[in-house]
Amino acid sequence: MRLKLVPQNTSFDFFSRWKIWLGISALMMVVAFTSFMLQGLNFGIDFRGGTTIRTQSTQEIDVGVYRDALAPLELGDVTITEIFDPSFGPDENVAMIRIQAQEDAEAVTSEVIDRVGEVLAVADPGLNLPFESVESVGPKVSGELIQTAVIAVVLAIGAVLVYIWLRFEWQFALGAVAALVHDVILTIGIFSELQIRFDLAIIAALLTIVGYSLNDTVVVFDRVRENLRKYKKKDLKEVLNISINETLSRTVMTSVTTLLALISLYVLGGDVIRGFVFAMIWGVIVGTYSSVFVASTILLWLGVKRDWSKPSNTSGNQFANIDA
Amino acid sequence: MLQINTWKRVLIWSVCVIGLLMALPNAFYTRVEQSNDAKTEIELGIDTPEIQAKAGQWPSWLPSLLVNLGLDLRGGAHLLAEVKVEDVYESRMEAMWPEIREALRDERATVGTIRKQQSSPDEIRVLISQPEGMTRALEVVRGLARQVQTLTGVGATDIEARAEGDTIIVQLSEAEKLASDDRTVRQALEIIRRRIDEVGTREPTIQRQGADRILIQVPGIGSAGELKEIIGTTAQLTFNPVNGPANSLEDVVRPGQKVVPSLDEGGRLYVIDAAPVVTGEELVDAQPSFDQNGRPAVSFRFNTSGARKFGDYTLENIGAPFAIVLDDEVISAPVIQSHIPGGSGIITGDFTVEESTNLAVLLRAGALPAGLEFLEERTIGPELGQDSIDAGKVATIIAFAAVLIFMALSYGLFGIFANVALIINVGLIFGLLSLIGATLTLPGIAGIVLTVGMAVDANVLIFERIREELKSAKGPARAIELGYEKALSAILDANVTTFITAVILFAMGSGPVRGFAITLGLGILTSVFTAIFVTRLMIVLWFERRRPKMIEV
Repeated sequence: MRLKLVPQNTSFDFFSRWKIWLGISALMMVVAFTSFMLQGLNFGIDFRGGTTIRTQSTQEIDVGVYRDALAPLELGDVTITEIFDPSFGPDENVAMIRIQAQEDAEAVTSEVIDRVGEVLAVADPGLNLPFESVESVGPKVSGELIQTAVIAVVLAIGAVLVYIWLRFEWQFALGAVAALVHDVILTIGIFSELQIRFDLAIIAALLTIVGYSLNDTVVVFDRVRENLRKYKKKDLKEVLNISINETLSRTVMTSVTTLLALISLYVLGGDVIRGFVFAMIWGVIVGTYSSVFVASTILLWLGVKRDWSKPSNTSGNQFANIDA
Repeated sequence: MLQINTWKRVLIWSVCVIGLLMALPNAFYTRVEQSNDAKTEIELGIDTPEIQAKAGQWPSWLPSLLVNLGLDLRGGAHLLAEVKVEDVYESRMEAMWPEIREALRDERATVGTIRKQQSSPDEIRVLISQPEGMTRALEVVRGLARQVQTLTGVGATDIEARAEGDTIIVQLSEAEKLASDDRTVRQALEIIRRRIDEVGTREPTIQRQGADRILIQVPGIGSAGELKEIIGTTAQLTFNPVNGPANSLEDVVRPGQKVVPSLDEGGRLYVIDAAPVVTGEELVDAQPSFDQNGRPAVSFRFNTSGARKFGDYTLENIGAPFAIVLDDEVISAPVIQSHIPGGSGIITGDFTVEESTNLAVLLRAGALPAGLEFLEERTIGPELGQDSIDAGKVATIIAFAAVLIFMALSYGLFGIFANVALIINVGLIFGLLSLIGATLTLPGIAGIVLTVGMAVDANVLIFERIREELKSAKGPARAIELGYEKALSAILDANVTTFITAVILFAMGSGPVRGFAITLGLGILTSVFTAIFVTRLMIVLWFERRRPKMIEV
């Protein structure tokens, strides 16, 4: 007996309500964008500069006490958040203290860290010293990191656009990239909406989402290309529907195995990478959705040249037939 | 039909076996690590039964390369420092001034009297009282310039002089600034490396980044502050009067005196005056050389004030012993034979040529050539690292198990083939990581988990395709063959695109992100290999034995 998530033969019509799907996507993108404009992102020190200190204490942490203890040091903007994780024992109480970038120094000096340690040890006798981790990034580097991150995402999307254009046709490339942009915007949107810390690792997650979403889109497109040659008489909408249905079982299978792995990491992987894994889980869901409903719909919209018998300067190109 | 050449089969299995063997040491991490450390010590000549036993914990015929653990897993400190290369311009200009002054004084008849003006630290402004002699003055100053080797070729000199009214402005040329920056950063890098090596921690990373930055990562160190202290300390050379021998380090001495051990005469102790006569800060040069008996030595030269102090002291204390002390250890304690007026001297000791060269470098390079500004500091405690490793391990195992069960349920026997391939796949990733000496970071573990999830994709594509082909009622062999054939282009396109993003991530990212890119990229390579070759080979082997009339995927 086999476990089958998707029946053997499906014939869903994915385009009967394409306006609704595109509408939903557009609406979510607007929400994401608005949230980004209004609240912005909760940038971590990688992008904003400043210092984070991870503290651990055997006693229950009172954020107010910490804040009062740190106030006399005049460190500027200080945020203290307590962190909870199922893996922590009862005597493991963890907090994250974030201190804004100091004006006189690029990175925070060790004297400041020592002072913070001293005053907190007075306020909280259960505090473990030295701190679990201390990370400090100067404004100079954080500015560069933002720049590099943006370049990396743009480069990745650009490179993919070129690759798909070489292997398929420009309509496919546009469809795939529309799906990617959709995924990236929605991911940034949810980070803004929920104010989850956005740091360097999230950029890595974003690029992975780009890779994953593309993976899905390419598999569907590959089948579309094949079916366009097979069913020369059918119209594009029908061919797209057949292709998506044929690959549906695979799409679901791969998403499920990936999600299984990611959820295990989300629950058990510790709090340090939870934000990172969250981004990827969200990305897998959005990426799977977008490869069916965004990429293909855009392809339908743009239309594809159907006559593959005559070579012409627009129909694919010499790279399209490499079946290595 | 379904055929794979014998030599191809051998090749596929050998890749798997070699990969898994390379991965094996990581399963016994602590043991292999201890054994490797012990072997290094034996090579260095330290050989005790205890070390031998440790070295024997891992047989030497097995591969012993390990995956490096990143700072976020092992704990340690990370610093990104910017070398303030401009500091050097200032001292260069200061050193230039006496030379310019002398040269211009010789031309007093044409240029008149000269006066140094206030200026920014990286230039010299000289006012001359006879502006009509400016052409000659510039000629003289430019005559002091030296040629600089540049990539662009000839013509560049180290200083530039120009006139502004009756003032001459002297600056380092752009070419010289570039060359000087490069020298400064190299020198700083060398000094930092030396300092950290002295402390002897495991596998520090000390790299130049860009034009003027240095990245320092030291696993196992307590904090970034501690690391900064290590980098900041300079080799402290002093010349102190000797009061006599001591019996133990705890000997009671008069105030203002202290007991220091000898560097190479084991057990010998000296009582010296705590206040030095001259310090290494007044050294201007140190070179490896040889004494009159042809033994390796280090010759040195003091600046003017140092030379005067040294000269006065040697004149007054002929016949008295005198200690040359480096970092509170006496290198040698010669007796002053005569007055040494010129400010230069020679340190003799029981040196090898290499030691004398090192000492000269240490003295010359004593202090960092320029200040460091720390742009980024990270300290990760060893416990947090261990927690992350533990959590990562558990998460990976559970993720693995979930995917294995799911695949077996979905595809039956074929799912089990895919599972075996998946296990080999993760083994290969670790094997490759060990082979290239890559660093595993926490996001890197996430990359592996993600690979576990995505690696089955290629197999899923193939299996789904085989299912489809079976529907059109071709024989099972034909269906399998077609399944592989037709799924190939999708597998390739899908993985190439993901690989592109991994490469970009590697090129643009740093630290942990780069660790993620490495595991993701390697994971793509190994998963394509295992899906296309390993599962196929397994299916072919099974098919050859059973020759089933019907298959169910």
